[in-house]
Amino acid sequence: MLSKRIIPCLDVRAGRLTKGVKFRNNVDIGDPVETAARYYDEGADEIVFYDITASNENRDIMIDTVRRVAETIFIPFSVGGGIRTVEDMRKVLLAGAEKVSVNSAAIQNPDIISQGAKSFGKQCIVVGMDVKQVNRSKQIPTGYEMVINGGRTFTGIDALNWARHVESLGAGEICLNSIDADGTKQGYELDLTRMISSHVSIPVIASGGAGTPEHLKEVLTDGMADAALIASMTHYGTYTISEIKSFLHKNGIKVRMMW
Amino acid sequence: MIVIIDYNAGNLTSVQRALCALGIDSEITSDPDRVLQAERIIFPGVGACGKAMANLKERGLDIAIKKAFGNGIPIFGICLGTQIIMEHSEENDCECLGLIKGRVIKFPDNLTDPYGKKLKIPHMGWNRVILKRHHPLFTGIDTNSEFYFVHGYYPCPDDTKQTIGETDYGIRFVSVLGKSNLFAVQFHPEKSGRPGLRILKNFSQWKGQTE
Repeated sequence: MLSKRIIPCLDVRAGRLTKGVKFRNNVDIGDPVETAARYYDEGADEIVFYDITASNENRDIMIDTVRRVAETIFIPFSVGGGIRTVEDMRKVLLAGAEKVSVNSAAIQNPDIISQGAKSFGKQCIVVGMDVKQVNRSKQIPTGYEMVINGGRTFTGIDALNWARHVESLGAGEICLNSIDADGTKQGYELDLTRMISSHVSIPVIASGGAGTPEHLKEVLTDGMADAALIASMTHYGTYTISEIKSFLHKNGIKVRMMW
Repeated sequence: MIVIIDYNAGNLTSVQRALCALGIDSEITSDPDRVLQAERIIFPGVGACGKAMANLKERGLDIAIKKAFGNGIPIFGICLGTQIIMEHSEENDCECLGLIKGRVIKFPDNLTDPYGKKLKIPHMGWNRVILKRHHPLFTGIDTNSEFYFVHGYYPCPDDTKQTIGETDYGIRFVSVLGKSNLFAVQFHPEKSGRPGLRILKNFSQWKGQTE
């Protein structure tokens, strides 16, 4: 059977690794290529790079980073942040990424999903969903709303409706990030993750809130996630990926233990 | 020199980058003559079968690959490359190269895990290979190793002696197969970490023997 995937997420800003809480107060925490190499050695199953600045002048720096990562690690990795066109996707994939992730751009222009899937195959296209809990309403029946701009702008789109829509457009995978849980280290948003994962037939990567290996266990069982994204718990050396995987393995979750 | 066949089917540079990290020279080509002069051939690919076969024929690469196989040049099929060496694929109802007798079929869409949970298609992620027999290209690979898969179809060789390894995903399917100087895997060795790199390294020294 497939192993549950453990995926460290590296936020990159102008070629450097950074980490903020709730998308703010970003601090420099190192070189993305070195860190990717360390995670590869520790048994990461995949790596996500997120270009949080994504301005035009930083775009070339990011492509260079992607190329250097691709020469260093030999597991799949995805790149997101500022990808707005099929041409943006092509550049990142040619530089060696396995997948691209679209987020706000998909909300503004959903066709980017189907165009990307048609050009490169569904398996290349990850749709990132930033979600905030709100009061249930006619417009937002699940009480989970899609947000953009790091959570500052509400879109009026219900998260479950959006997940089903992106699947029908050809998304290969969903990376589901709870803005409420992000950076808190208090655990993933289990209800949200379970709801989305049980209603789509593409893999769901849970994101936001991981602080302990127990949190990963919860989201991979109760939360029904196919993969778990982690950031601060490994970036600052609190845990290594191999420690997290050993914990999950001892708790009966199938993870890749040989690398 | 290892030749990587370019037929406009996905990202070939990832295979070349993996070889480069191992210190192994390779050349990406769509020239049938280069294919026939190669010491070894890697036949990778991502995408749909119909388009891929059309691209191969347009370049005369279908004939070159068949000839190279007959000439005993070691050939390594990866993912879509592995499907195209079979006789026929259900994907686009497509006639393929027929180097190995058998068909490529789609995963049924009602597969469940041992707990009854519906399995997602394509089969994407890390999974094991259960070896049915030893093959030189699996030298030095731990039996618990996992490999990175992304596919919705899989090969079914007619002759079970050509099955080298199998993988469980709701059903047990053939994930590694081979016949004389041809070796083929459904997973992506170039994305499968150290065990994947080891298979590529083994291939770079393989003379086409099966024992």
